[in-house]
Amino acid sequence: MLRGYVLTYLVFLYAPIVLLPIFAFNDSTVIAFPLTGFTTRWFEALPATPELVRSVRTSLSIAVSASILATLLGLCAARVNARYAFPGRAAVLGFVMLPLILPEILVAVSLLVVLLTLGVQLNALTVVLGHTLICMPFAIAILNGAFGNLDPAIEEAAIDLGCSRWQAFRMVTLPLIAPGIISSLLIGFTISLDEFIIAFFLTGSDPTLPVYLWAQLRFPARLPIVMALGTLLVALSVILLCGAEWVRRRGMRRSGRRDAGGFFA
Amino acid sequence: MATGASRADRTRGRLLVAPPFLFALLLLAVPLTVIVLFSFWSQDFLTLDRTFTLANYREALTDPLYRQLLFRSVWIAATVTAVTVILAYPVAYFLSFHVPPASKGLWLFLITIPFWTSYLIRVFLWKVILGFNGVLNTTLETLGLIDAPLSWVLYNATSVVITLAHAFAPFAILPIFVALERIDRSLIEASRDLGESRLTTFLRVTLPLSMGGIVAAILIVFIPTVGDYITPRLVGGPDGLMIANMIQTQFLRLNNAPMGAALSVLAMLSVGFVAAIVVLGLRRVAGLGR
Amino acid sequence: MKRPIVELRDIHKNFDGEQALDDLSLDIAEGEFFSLLGPSGCGKTTLLRTIAGFEQPERGTLTLDGKPMEGVQANRRPTNMVFQSYAIFPHLDVARNVGFGLRRSRLSASEKSNAVEEALQMVGLGGFGKRAAHALSGGQRQRVALARALILKPRVLLLDEPMSALDRKLRETMQDELRRLQRQVGITFILVTHDQEEALIMSDRIAVMFDGRIAQVAAPGELYLRPASRRVAQFIGMMSFLPARLRGREIEVDGFGRTDVSERQAPGGLKDGPAEVGIRPEMMSLLSEPPSQGQRAASGRVSEVTYYGDMSYYAVMLDGTDRTVTVSMKNLPGGVTAERGEAVTVSWDPGSLMIF
Repeated sequence: MLRGYVLTYLVFLYAPIVLLPIFAFNDSTVIAFPLTGFTTRWFEALPATPELVRSVRTSLSIAVSASILATLLGLCAARVNARYAFPGRAAVLGFVMLPLILPEILVAVSLLVVLLTLGVQLNALTVVLGHTLICMPFAIAILNGAFGNLDPAIEEAAIDLGCSRWQAFRMVTLPLIAPGIISSLLIGFTISLDEFIIAFFLTGSDPTLPVYLWAQLRFPARLPIVMALGTLLVALSVILLCGAEWVRRRGMRRSGRRDAGGFFA
Repeated sequence: MATGASRADRTRGRLLVAPPFLFALLLLAVPLTVIVLFSFWSQDFLTLDRTFTLANYREALTDPLYRQLLFRSVWIAATVTAVTVILAYPVAYFLSFHVPPASKGLWLFLITIPFWTSYLIRVFLWKVILGFNGVLNTTLETLGLIDAPLSWVLYNATSVVITLAHAFAPFAILPIFVALERIDRSLIEASRDLGESRLTTFLRVTLPLSMGGIVAAILIVFIPTVGDYITPRLVGGPDGLMIANMIQTQFLRLNNAPMGAALSVLAMLSVGFVAAIVVLGLRRVAGLGR
Repeated sequence: MKRPIVELRDIHKNFDGEQALDDLSLDIAEGEFFSLLGPSGCGKTTLLRTIAGFEQPERGTLTLDGKPMEGVQANRRPTNMVFQSYAIFPHLDVARNVGFGLRRSRLSASEKSNAVEEALQMVGLGGFGKRAAHALSGGQRQRVALARALILKPRVLLLDEPMSALDRKLRETMQDELRRLQRQVGITFILVTHDQEEALIMSDRIAVMFDGRIAQVAAPGELYLRPASRRVAQFIGMMSFLPARLRGREIEVDGFGRTDVSERQAPGGLKDGPAEVGIRPEMMSLLSEPPSQGQRAASGRVSEVTYYGDMSYYAVMLDGTDRTVTVSMKNLPGGVTAERGEAVTVSWDPGSLMIF
């Protein structure tokens, strides 16, 4: 009975995603059943839409920058969490996780007000800052896991064998947490690529892809193209996730650790 | 053995935590403070009046429109949270207790994939499924189960609940799963050994021990749903709009930042209030179960 | 006299207000197998990590091989360490682990790989170089950790509870091997352990530590026979204690009676008044017949028998007291045995009493 329930739940989870490619290849501008025929023209129309291509490019560069920044900041916090103690440490480390438990609309609104008050021109960079803020807690959580798996004696062993502090970090710790870093980069990238509300508030003249899509949803004629784009995005996400999972498993195997499940386990 | 922190280590730790801390301070704490300040000011078109006033709060709490939006946001978020967590618990339980350890990773992966696909497009697809000529109605009509399309599934609070329950499913499953995984299996055997049935073992041992995961799941679903913008706009109709939509309108359409700020502060306060009740209340429940 | 290789003078260290090392001074000679023995939390690991350079003392000086170590980082010290967890780099194979510290040496690649193979052979792991680190068993991990530290020819090898993760049989094998290895390379070994048996088996000298202080430094035999305090006596081996009263050189022991004692039996000196007497199990025996002329004996009743195979331990409640003494007897064919509840006569050797 439980198994049956779980399978029904999976159908519920996958229902919308399964529909995506169906309508992307359907030869009709109306997104509804019955289907009218197979076509690839919606995919062909994608590169022929300059605003779309531009928004993809904007989103990609924002996602790359935000994920790198968030991972660097996350590395600092996770290493402090794993290795250093000082009064007030718990409060500081709790504070940097705060973006995780604030509704994104509040992050977006408050940043917008400050930037406008300061007279900062809204552009891709302001979106990068906002996205870095919301990606950072995820980076910290993932990297905490990576650091937590390390034997604290291992860096001391490297120092004992003649390495400087930095060499020990580079030669021993860094290779061992590399899978965590890659996971953090990929997840930050995916979050930023998908994020709408902060981008919606903070973007300037260059809309990100979700902001562009949002505008398109109002024009029924453009919907099939959106479906085609969505199909590509799903495929890209799945590929990225599989990559992240593969890297993580390989890291586990290489360091001989027991597989403890997914990114969050 | 104890490894204490030397002064040099403390300094190194502080230096290292400074970048993320300053980043969060400048981009989160400072802006939130500014929002709180704004909420006590007023604005007439483009001129900002910086005299202290409670007018925004008075209006937000007395105007039926704002009151209704706030109330509805919290109510919808609470419903979404309850539905999501209740639906998710059996799945997490199944993953933890019935899936062989070797394939747990694969199952988790399977459950997280839909979550990583564009939120915007997922919400839109629910509109396609639930719509008047949507997948659900046409399928049911073809099967002869209904004569006319169901009208109660789109453009109201129900559709918002369904869509959000879908969007936040993995957020609810994962913390509960992690909590269940941490339960020492010999505790369950001990309970059976001491004469409890399968059901009473679940109620007296498994459920209380997974309460931490349930609290985490509730918070992690409730907090972002209160402030959700996309779902109410796309599938909510006029009766499904929530506070985030009004905040956006105040800031970007009406140019009334102080009003938007006051609404933001109220949203934050209701989130904090409900979160505190959940944490304290469920702690007590978990305590009674023992 | 040759200068000690490790000199610790008035080393003081606090951990968050708690005293870890309390004005501790110690000399360790070149080529010695030296053990730091004590219960957990006594500061022995902190002392070891101070020598390695992972902890900085607040006061006091540390000299290694005649050179003061203040301001010298762990990576520049003539010490290497075998960690409790072994700290084998999980991302490197066995050869890369062992050769890790050779990176800075001026050896050619082939010289390095020869040195690695040589070190591996020394610890009995010849040909294991290509093994993945996580494919090693506990004993093999320890050997790799040893080879990795010894390949750098440190003046002092530091071992932090290296056997605590091994099962009993393997631990005994590794204790033998470690002892053999130390004689072979002649390097000073400093071993941290909480296992008194391990310390007695392996060491040339042992420092017993309590509460951040050194209670006694001595060779194993002396430590066992002449413990400097009741606490050391209790920690090393088994000892029974009986209340007593001292007057001059005469002592009256509950259950045993009067006897004469000498200065050397009292590490704290002979002072008139109440005292406590300690005696080792093997310094007493159960008698099958009445005591002979001049033999000291006490009567009592067996309250517990613990069987150890080659030996049995008898807890005997002495008549007229509420104290028990533990007597050990070899289980020889036709030897003396007793059942629980049986009345027995216990002979004891006055010269072996310790007075605290």
